[in-house]
Amino acid sequence: MDLTTIWFLLVAVLFTGYFILEGFDFGVGMLLPVLGRDDRERRVLINTIGPVWDGNEVWLITAGGAMFAAFPEWYATLFSGFYLPLLLILLALIARGVAFEYRHKRPEASWKRRWDTAIVVGSVVPAILWGVAFANILRGVPLDADHEYVGGLLDLLNPYALLGGATTLALFATHGAVFLALKTTGDVRQRAGALAVRLGVGAAVLAVGFLTWTLSIRSSAAAVVLAVGAALALLGALAAARVRREGWAFTGTAVAIGLAVATLFAALFPNVLPSTLDAAGTLTATNAASTPYTLKIMTWVAVIFTPVVLGYQAWTYWVFRKRIGVANIPQH
Amino acid sequence: MDALDVARWQFGVTTVYHFLFVPLTIGLSVLVAILQTMWHRTGNERYLKLTKFYGKLFLINFAMGVVTGIVQEFQFGMNWSDYSRFVGDIFGAPLAIEALVAFFLESTFIGLWIFGWDRLPKRAHLASIWAAAIGTNLSAYFILAANSFMQNPVGFRINPDSGRAELTDFPAVLTNKVALITFPHTLAGSFLVAGSLIVAVGLYHVIRNRDSADAGAYRFATKFGSWVVLVASAAVLFTGDIQGKIMTDVQPMKMAAAEGLYTTESPASFSVLTIGSLDGSREVFALKIPYLLSYLGTGDPHGTVHGINDLQAQYATQYGAGSYTPIIPVTYWSFRFMVAFGMAAGAIALLVLWSQRKGRTPRSKWLLRAGLAMPVLPLLANSFGWIFTEMGRQPWIVFGEMLTRNGVSRSVSLAEVLTSFTAFTLIYATLAVIEVKLLLRYARAGVPDVSEEHPVDDTHDDAERPLAFAY
Repeated sequence: MDLTTIWFLLVAVLFTGYFILEGFDFGVGMLLPVLGRDDRERRVLINTIGPVWDGNEVWLITAGGAMFAAFPEWYATLFSGFYLPLLLILLALIARGVAFEYRHKRPEASWKRRWDTAIVVGSVVPAILWGVAFANILRGVPLDADHEYVGGLLDLLNPYALLGGATTLALFATHGAVFLALKTTGDVRQRAGALAVRLGVGAAVLAVGFLTWTLSIRSSAAAVVLAVGAALALLGALAAARVRREGWAFTGTAVAIGLAVATLFAALFPNVLPSTLDAAGTLTATNAASTPYTLKIMTWVAVIFTPVVLGYQAWTYWVFRKRIGVANIPQH
Repeated sequence: MDALDVARWQFGVTTVYHFLFVPLTIGLSVLVAILQTMWHRTGNERYLKLTKFYGKLFLINFAMGVVTGIVQEFQFGMNWSDYSRFVGDIFGAPLAIEALVAFFLESTFIGLWIFGWDRLPKRAHLASIWAAAIGTNLSAYFILAANSFMQNPVGFRINPDSGRAELTDFPAVLTNKVALITFPHTLAGSFLVAGSLIVAVGLYHVIRNRDSADAGAYRFATKFGSWVVLVASAAVLFTGDIQGKIMTDVQPMKMAAAEGLYTTESPASFSVLTIGSLDGSREVFALKIPYLLSYLGTGDPHGTVHGINDLQAQYATQYGAGSYTPIIPVTYWSFRFMVAFGMAAGAIALLVLWSQRKGRTPRSKWLLRAGLAMPVLPLLANSFGWIFTEMGRQPWIVFGEMLTRNGVSRSVSLAEVLTSFTAFTLIYATLAVIEVKLLLRYARAGVPDVSEEHPVDDTHDDAERPLAFAY
């Protein structure tokens, strides 16, 4: 396997990891007013992701950095082309990150309400827009022969991409509900478990529709297998959620999101950003890549440090493995 | 006004803003880790209180550093896509490594530290803050190595077919002499901010709450912070001196622009005040110290320092017609403000230490005012330092290789950049007000009561126990 393929895979793995991990963070954020009926319950919800959300977000920063280092053309065209969606994602992530940290820093109800809004909006917006963005990457966008984006904002808001946005929104909401059922106790746990089933049905319908449409745009044998796997994992998650096997349900939604993202990358390869205009504008893993020397250095760095990072991140999840409930929340 | 101007303003505003929080994260992570280590070693509750107190201020600030940092990484691709294409082969690598090696370490262990107070064994918890501090400081190295490539490009070649810069020697990029000196200079500047914050908050309580049961803790913090500021001041001067000589060597125009030195001089005098003509091509009035600039720039009081006009002529021959001169008033004054504000913090730290000599309790209202101003001074110094080093590189985005105007995104319209610039400015301004108010609120509240918190009772199941530091 050549280095450009390896780096295509690594970028795919980083985004997959990001969507699995921050997927449930987004889900928890958007369900805050739905599952948290009072302040203490909302604090339970936020504290389930408290120790890990920041580390989860670093998957995005690493994916962006890896894309920049390994495929500068892809990074440059994509980030300048998807300008306004990325701007909205950034603003959402700013508001949301600060909200987690500041929400409990003052006692006033109005203060908390404002930060709750920031958390909800800051979770819903990126959950939709990441789906829109990745659907457009797969579908292709208008690129000229210099690989410059020549479309407008409306080109990005096509029906397929909007379905992509709805799908990620529903998937992350389900993933979040399943996560909360796994990580909390008492009433919150019951409500999250029940909601997960209802959300999951919608997510499954959207995901099957979106993946089918995806495979009709571009496809490969691997993509078909992965898409079927994603659908089966989601159905398995639903079945597990129904009988309140929370660990299995979470495994199911995590695998389903992972395989769905993998489907997109598998269908895309060897392109990284197809052009809907001139074929010469299409960016591929080869023409967007850095030099072999850069890729080789980056490979060494990845080989050495990735296991270490996975090790301590896994350890964090182990440390905070216990369920929490309102009893764990201090009175003030 | 065109998209280029707005993209430059956005980069300037978002970067200076980001760097208001970063120095405090860099410095305070280590200082809080030191305080916690002292508690761990001595068992003295005073250090635990200070760890939690300053730890809280650290976290309020940390969140802002994190969220404004993502913007920085995205911005290269969004507003500077031709720059990203040109240098991606080189510039992307330190950014990716920064995320993988430093940001994961920082963010994961900060989470463990915040939520691990009564979950982790004491040693593991102490190790968490150290791991986060190491991650934070490491991240500075990688991003400065990337920036140093823009100041002094090394370890690359220009591919004649694609016209892009390609990496040929990665160790050379990481050991760029500009990076090696900018890293300690930036860290020293960061500790100047962190130490100043510790002094300001400590001194406030020393003077205002003189009879508090925690007066001893505040006195200790004030002295501790003052020593940090003094050592950091010395380090800033020492590294800044070396940095000046390297700059004279690799970016002579920046040194000339820092000084408003229009014609080549040997020996060159240091300008205390220079007023240039309106078109910026010659000086009208100057007050100077003989030999000093030659010494600062070259280490030799008789050394030659090249002037702006000579360098401009030389670059025009080398790179083709055009202006290669930065905006002189900006470089000249930002350089002076950097030095003046930075040194002022050191001077106040000396006064604070003097006021507490032999166990005295300071009472002066003026000292308190000076102390409270302290954290602002090195923040201004840091900002002016960055404005100087980035504006002094202009018109280049990569010195000698790419002009800033050629790096901007071609596919992004003026309306889009304006939208983005306006949105960031508004959200940043709002958050700044909120953050400063929170910091003041928690600084005024003083050290927490730790009497009921610390002994972890391992014999009981902690399922029903309230969590420490919960969001």
